[in-house]
Amino acid sequence: MSTEEIIREVLDTHAKLRVAASSVAPDDDLYAAGMTSHASVNVMLAIEDALGVEFPDELLTKNTFCSISGIEAAVNSLTEVRA
Amino acid sequence: MTVTEVIQDQLVAGGPVAARAAFAADVAARFAAEVDADARFPVEAVTALRSTGLLGASVPVELGGEGLTLTELAHVASVLGAACSSTGMVFAMHHSQVLSLTRHLADSAPLAELVRRIAGEQLLLASATTEIGIGGDVRSSTCFVDLRGDEVTLVKNAPVISYGSEADLILVTARRTADSLPGDQVLLVCDRERTLLEATGTWDTMGLRGTSSFGYQLSATTTSDRIVPEPYEAISSETMLPVSHTLWAAVWLGMSRAAVDTARRYIRAAARRSIGSIPQGANTLVGLIAELEGLESLVASASSRFDAIQDDRDALGAVGFTLSMNNLKVTSSTLVATIVAGALNITGISGFRNDGQYSVARVFRDAQGAALMVHNDRITANSAQLILVQKGS
Repeated sequence: MSTEEIIREVLDTHAKLRVAASSVAPDDDLYAAGMTSHASVNVMLAIEDALGVEFPDELLTKNTFCSISGIEAAVNSLTEVRA
Repeated sequence: MTVTEVIQDQLVAGGPVAARAAFAADVAARFAAEVDADARFPVEAVTALRSTGLLGASVPVELGGEGLTLTELAHVASVLGAACSSTGMVFAMHHSQVLSLTRHLADSAPLAELVRRIAGEQLLLASATTEIGIGGDVRSSTCFVDLRGDEVTLVKNAPVISYGSEADLILVTARRTADSLPGDQVLLVCDRERTLLEATGTWDTMGLRGTSSFGYQLSATTTSDRIVPEPYEAISSETMLPVSHTLWAAVWLGMSRAAVDTARRYIRAAARRSIGSIPQGANTLVGLIAELEGLESLVASASSRFDAIQDDRDALGAVGFTLSMNNLKVTSSTLVATIVAGALNITGISGFRNDGQYSVARVFRDAQGAALMVHNDRITANSAQLILVQKGS
């Protein structure tokens, strides 16, 4: 599964979006699609668990979790550092 | 220039303090378990402190050092303490000695020359303040400076001299003369190579096992120009007490941060396993973080207060300031024990283990020493005397 597919799966389980994650475009605002800040915490934990990463404090902003592309960029920035 | 060269370029005297502290802490962390298990001096970490110029960094600029402030030294002490408590304590004790010397030279040219060597050669300083037979009161000595012509001999039965056998210089308190009262003390700087240390005790302890705080019969030979000109009474209240208590508190802050970080990782892992519910222990962690913030504030305010009044001898000698520095030691040593115990409570059996990524065993044992090294009860008894003479705050 690609990173984007994993993110969409996590969103379906934890983000409490009003629509299916498959219908959300990469740059769509997830908060506008119904994700609460409480749900975004669960999204973060689930992504950390699924991808084996840990988001440092500086990435834990509202912007990071605002869109699928934002989450993906944050995950990529973490895996790049490691490589 | 390669990246490695750029990094190495920074890790020398004069480079960014934070980068040098991080490098030394990295070395300290790698050997911390071995230092603890074997109860041995953290030689690798102290070598890293020496090579990065951090042993001489508190020497004033005009004497060849970097003139680091107490705030900067406290930062380094906390970073080291988070990696290896023993290394942090060695750093704290060393700089308490360096400042006790550099701040009380009066106009002694030979001692100024010696201080230049501390910066230039990155010498390690230890201290012998306690003495068998004085009941633990460091402001009282039995031993005395035996002066014949220019030659000085001194024999002291010291229950502990931390890393004495590893140090280049040992600062020893003693009565000014054979006829002086117990409280009429001077500080004598003894060269390790002209000092005989006969071990009288071992250092096999619950924690802080790397400080190598053996008991020794110390027999030193030196010259009269190694007697620090100012009385120890002034050195003690204006420098030794505030600097050592602040740097110790900084080490305890680092240890507390390390324990809280472990607890935080444990809770986050638990949260990932049961997404949507708050893990057991998370509420306790909130309380620990609040206590950690309290300790951070204590260290920050103590060090900036000292930096602000460091040249104001009246302010440093004031009863209220001494009382604050006593309180700093008692409060922060109590806090580190509370915080580390809280981290153990959160991590449970994983924290109780000696191995594994959530172990808090070593830092828990180390933290038990905080209240006992200069016992809190003794400090409180001293403070109880002080408040009788203190007029207002």
